[in-house]
Amino acid sequence: MDLRFTPEQDAFRAEVRAWLEANVPSEAKGTGPLPSLDTAEGFAAHRVWEQAMFDARLSVVSWPEEFGGRGAGLLEWLIFEEEYYRAQAPTRVGQNGIFLLAPTIFEFGTPEQQARYLPAMASAREVWCQGWSEPDAGSDLAGIRSRATRKGPEGEGGSWVLSGQKTWASRGAFADWCFGLFRTDPTAERHRGMTYFLIPMDAPGVTVRPIAQLDGETGFAEIFFEDVEVPDDQVLGEVGKGWSVAMATTNSERGLSLRSPARFTEAAGRLLALYAEQALLDPVAAGRSADAVARAAMDAEAYQLNTYWTVTRVLGGTPVGPEASMNKLHWSETDLAIHRCALDLLGPEAELLDADGRPGPWLDGFLFALAGPIYAGTNEIQRNVVAERVLGLPRS
Amino acid sequence: MRFAFEDRQVEFRDQLRSFTEKECTAAEVRAAWDSELGWSPDRWAAMAELGLLGLTVPEDLGGFGFGFLDLVLLLEEAGRSGLPEPLLETVGLAVPLLLDLPGPEADGLRAEVLPRVAIGESVLTVGLSSMVAVPAAAGADLLLLEDAGELHAVAPAETRLIPRPSIDGARRPARVDWDPTPDTLLASAAESAPVLARLADRAAVGTGALLLGVADRLIASAAAYATDRHQFGVPIGSFQAVKHQLADALVRLEFARPVVYRAAWSLDSAEPAVSRHASMAKAYAAEAALGAARTALQVHGAIGYTWEHDLQLWMKKAWALSTAWGDAADHRARVLEALLAEAAGPG
Ligand SMILES: Cc1cc2nc3c(=O)[nH]c(=O)nc-3n(C[C@H](O)[C@H](O)[C@H](O)COP(=O)(O)OP(=O)(O)OC[C@H]3O[C@@H](n4cnc5c(N)ncnc54)[C@H](O)[C@@H]3O)c2cc1C
Repeated sequence: MDLRFTPEQDAFRAEVRAWLEANVPSEAKGTGPLPSLDTAEGFAAHRVWEQAMFDARLSVVSWPEEFGGRGAGLLEWLIFEEEYYRAQAPTRVGQNGIFLLAPTIFEFGTPEQQARYLPAMASAREVWCQGWSEPDAGSDLAGIRSRATRKGPEGEGGSWVLSGQKTWASRGAFADWCFGLFRTDPTAERHRGMTYFLIPMDAPGVTVRPIAQLDGETGFAEIFFEDVEVPDDQVLGEVGKGWSVAMATTNSERGLSLRSPARFTEAAGRLLALYAEQALLDPVAAGRSADAVARAAMDAEAYQLNTYWTVTRVLGGTPVGPEASMNKLHWSETDLAIHRCALDLLGPEAELLDADGRPGPWLDGFLFALAGPIYAGTNEIQRNVVAERVLGLPRS
Repeated sequence: MRFAFEDRQVEFRDQLRSFTEKECTAAEVRAAWDSELGWSPDRWAAMAELGLLGLTVPEDLGGFGFGFLDLVLLLEEAGRSGLPEPLLETVGLAVPLLLDLPGPEADGLRAEVLPRVAIGESVLTVGLSSMVAVPAAAGADLLLLEDAGELHAVAPAETRLIPRPSIDGARRPARVDWDPTPDTLLASAAESAPVLARLADRAAVGTGALLLGVADRLIASAAAYATDRHQFGVPIGSFQAVKHQLADALVRLEFARPVVYRAAWSLDSAEPAVSRHASMAKAYAAEAALGAARTALQVHGAIGYTWEHDLQLWMKKAWALSTAWGDAADHRARVLEALLAEAAGPG
């Protein structure tokens, strides 16, 4: 065991830090903060930022060089993330593609698909949204009803015609592409007969209806498919194997990649600073939150330690299994605890909106944290997975 | 960054596990409760043969000269098996404390005592004046005691022990009455202060490691019971109310593990934030074990509420160890203070 980074890793950290300090849009530089991601203007501004990171080869450090990465390891990826959050850099507009779809393309995509989709994703020239949930298929994802029917010859050169409805697709309002599951064999048993499709959002027959979230902004969308024709080379993995292809992405969503520990350690650092400030103003009131602050800070650090523990195992060749569900439970609860605690410290100020009518950072973070126990498989579903697949309890 | 144990450390843990599976069954733990000493001199001798007792003793004094990283998995295993012997007190606390002491007087004591510890002929314990009762005081061959900030080495003959029985029948804390003299003095208050700070850190990490094992045992017992026990025609483990409690208990345990292991690394690596890491370890492990105890009892129902069922052996360890050497809230307060100081920066 050695919990220190190597000199090469320290040098990488220094490079990332210096680049971010020079480039992160900020008020001081007169370049930021960027407008909200959930507006056309903000979406465009976030693309420009991603392109700048891509040009510095920092947008996907752990990807192979041929797709725009640096071929760096998981530890370097964690270092990058720590620096990214430390620098308070913009939310990553391309994250659903980079973190949820890319691992699947690496595993199941043809070389042509990898070359076609990955570099464009890494530079945010093409931003992806995830089209899994449907009005009647949430936790029970295998209950999806959107269909794809065969058109043209079997084998090469044919296409599929998609119809149905997806919902809650994050970034769906402005995304360029959608990855989603559709039923290709309506007669098959429910976990079979699904296929994983890549669909351009400007294809004829695609209609998007943005949905306002708790903060009033259109962070997700419904997507309607009316006879949308999709060629064979936009099928990811085998026809009929969509479920197992899709499950590969859920593991990365819950486990290592979607929620890197830096997000929580950075928020915990801000919570400590807030506590220190409030303790100067009113030590008695702040003192009542002391234990909650300590717990929240410890939970964030424990998540970081657990991630290093897991990454060491993964680097040693052991894949992340159902314990990814434990990570999801821990980070989502931690995120809520940090933000709830900050609002308590702010007291009567907590409810107040900014001058422009927007929630301030803590309220905004709280609203976002509230979604954590719902998306990426609800926490109830995760507890079922932990109980059945880790502890071996009998299925209900 | 390599956050994993060495093969050697895991093998040693496995060796202790095969030993405890034979020599420290639940029936053996009960026998310890009923014994005069609270633990078994025979098992202590066998532990010496396994090389356990010389783990932290330097090589030139007959031991291995290993650190806390080598010990932490063994302590976890001790908690899992309910091993009643004073492994933490002797190997984890008293030996390193003697090694931390400055000065030639301490050399003499080390040369005299440590080789005997390694072969199982000397049991040590440590106590602070702030303690209501000193753990493993009965049966100790030498007590390292703090008084007015000074450290003293006190022979059992110079003490009067007033037993203060614990809810955990294998722990035998006692109030120790003794008189500090120039002969017992090991180190002045100024010399003792850093040594005592290290002791507090090791005690926090060591009890944390024991508690990991206790929590592991409690969760494993409850999961096994939930699979066997049927109600309404199905195993109770198929009910979500049962599943979700156990899943939450497991998450608490799995996130406590790396926190405790990191603290062990920090102890061995002169990490500046070691005290914060140690407090975090104790706080996290105590919560994990208390939560596991609560859940395990609820999952067992009335049978878990009996003296006869073995569940009590581990629940009571969880309760006793969670408040020993500072409870979770104490340690969280220390963590917060340290974090605020770190954030404010030096000076
Ligand atoms: C902010 C946000 C972003 C999202 N982004 C996307 C996206 O980009 N793409 C996408 O496809 N989807 C997205 N989703 C949807 C998300 O995946 C679903 O909300 C989630 O799968 C739960 O489905 P549901 O909302 O239909 O709830 P339901 O499945 O109806 O569940 C409602 C409640 O019942 C409980 N429940 C259901 N089944 C069980 C069970 N077996 N055992 C115990 N309890 C159960 C749930 O835990 C929950 O508490 C997003 C959601 C949110 C909130």
